[in-house]
Amino acid sequence: MRFMMLMIPGGYENAAPGTMPDPKAVTAMMKYNEELQKAGVLLALDGLHPPSAGMRVSFKSGKPVVRDGPFAEAKEVIGGYWMIQVKSKEEAIEWAKRCPGSPNEVVELRQVMEMDDFSEDVKKAATGYTELKERAAQQAGA
Amino acid sequence: MTATDTHRTIDAVWRIEAAKLIAGLARMVRDVGLAEDLAQEALVAALEQWPETGIPEKPGAWLMATAKRRAIDHFRRGQMLNRKHEELGREFEIREQTVPDFDSALDDEIGDDLLRLIFTACHPVLSTEARLALTLRLLGGLTTDEIARAFLVPEATVAQRIVRAKRTLAEAHIPYEVPRGAELAARLAAVQQVIYLIFNEGYSATSGDDWMRPALCEDALRLGRIVARLMPQEPEVHGLAALMEIHSSRSRARIGPAGEPVLLLDQDRSRWDQLLIRRGLAALARAEKLGGARGPYVLQASIAACHARAVRAEKTDWAGIAALYAELARVTPSPVVELNRSVAVGMAFGPAAGLEVVDGLTREPALAGYHLLPSVRGDLLMKLGRVDEARAELERAASLTRNAREREMLLERVRQCEPKPN
Repeated sequence: MRFMMLMIPGGYENAAPGTMPDPKAVTAMMKYNEELQKAGVLLALDGLHPPSAGMRVSFKSGKPVVRDGPFAEAKEVIGGYWMIQVKSKEEAIEWAKRCPGSPNEVVELRQVMEMDDFSEDVKKAATGYTELKERAAQQAGA
Repeated sequence: MTATDTHRTIDAVWRIEAAKLIAGLARMVRDVGLAEDLAQEALVAALEQWPETGIPEKPGAWLMATAKRRAIDHFRRGQMLNRKHEELGREFEIREQTVPDFDSALDDEIGDDLLRLIFTACHPVLSTEARLALTLRLLGGLTTDEIARAFLVPEATVAQRIVRAKRTLAEAHIPYEVPRGAELAARLAAVQQVIYLIFNEGYSATSGDDWMRPALCEDALRLGRIVARLMPQEPEVHGLAALMEIHSSRSRARIGPAGEPVLLLDQDRSRWDQLLIRRGLAALARAEKLGGARGPYVLQASIAACHARAVRAEKTDWAGIAALYAELARVTPSPVVELNRSVAVGMAFGPAAGLEVVDGLTREPALAGYHLLPSVRGDLLMKLGRVDEARAELERAASLTRNAREREMLLERVRQCEPKPN
């Protein structure tokens, strides 16, 4: 099973572009990342620039509308993520508990969907698409 | 938390902590069997107490402290009739009063402990089955039942294998250490062989099997990644990790809608897991960066990487693969490697070139009953338009394979050789 651990740092929704984390916190976090690596469970991880450096695309009117951050309506935003490979939800929880989170940080756990999780019609929609792409590529003489 | 939740959490804690716990204890008592027994006693204590007291804040430290107390009890009560153990017991007590506790153990120490454990569990004095069972038990944190289900044998068989393995290690007086110098290469190869065997057992699992079987791929991959972190200067460990990451990347494309196996060249590559491919290519890059002559795992991973990089089958770098097989044949000469090379040569330089390589293998005794030899030959002959010869070879291949689906696929190709009515 794969889980994403989403780091939600309090206040990151208002952080200025180029905001850097506190070096002491970084050291602790790097040690944690190393633990995940050494345990062979880490698949991927990344930190994200704050929303003030990002954009949102919304589709309310049916057409895409782009806005620059920060976003007043966002109470919590993601600062980074880990993706881990574990055998159970409980194992994911145990790893999340070991994260050296500070008092204003929350880690949210979300299981990653595997193809088998999808319903039959979703699977069919997904399968047909790849065949369509193949045929289009052949016709274009790619 | 319900009792079931607590148990599942304890299982999860065990998966995370078991190897380190056993490895640390093994260093202290210098006996893998005893270390595992002590660790198991700590687990039993956890199962008894944690449902009442809750999961401790530092479960690893709790388990270690409990196991150490049990160790002191054992030695004091003189349960070890062996004088060596009595002496060890006295030493142990003195040492443990001065040695820092589990939590403050240095990363390097834990790393060394784990390496000692891995090398011991995979010691060549043990049979292959024993090494597989011991590795999964001590390092994978699997229960005896889980190992039994994974290898389709009775639980009692696995339990016996583990007991005998521990006894063999104790009686052979295997020095509990990480091998060095000239010995290291061979011993590391033994560790890698075990990990790769576990992986292949999982890879060969079919959809009808107990889910513990395909899960073996994850177990092996995890062990491979752990070893790669512990021995980052060894290119072959990165090679093996890369090979397993890339093979795993195809797991969703390997099975067709009716549960039938799909050949590599026919797979829907959009189902290949790009995350695992990226990880595999990164591991291979680490191996290459270390330089030196390329070993068998690095070469096999390089071949897998050639396939992984091809967006479509037609884009495969067959010439590159052919060259890699030639290098692999020099490092680990084998008729099977040569047969694989013939396929790559055929794809890269035309069926006549491929046939030349295969024809060198027709008298090879090791391939006498191997259906893939006539299968490959038949394929190449068909491409050369030598239809009658192709048909004969494919029929021969069909008769040699014991796998019903393979036979069907081969007979289908025979039918394609039939002269079409005008």
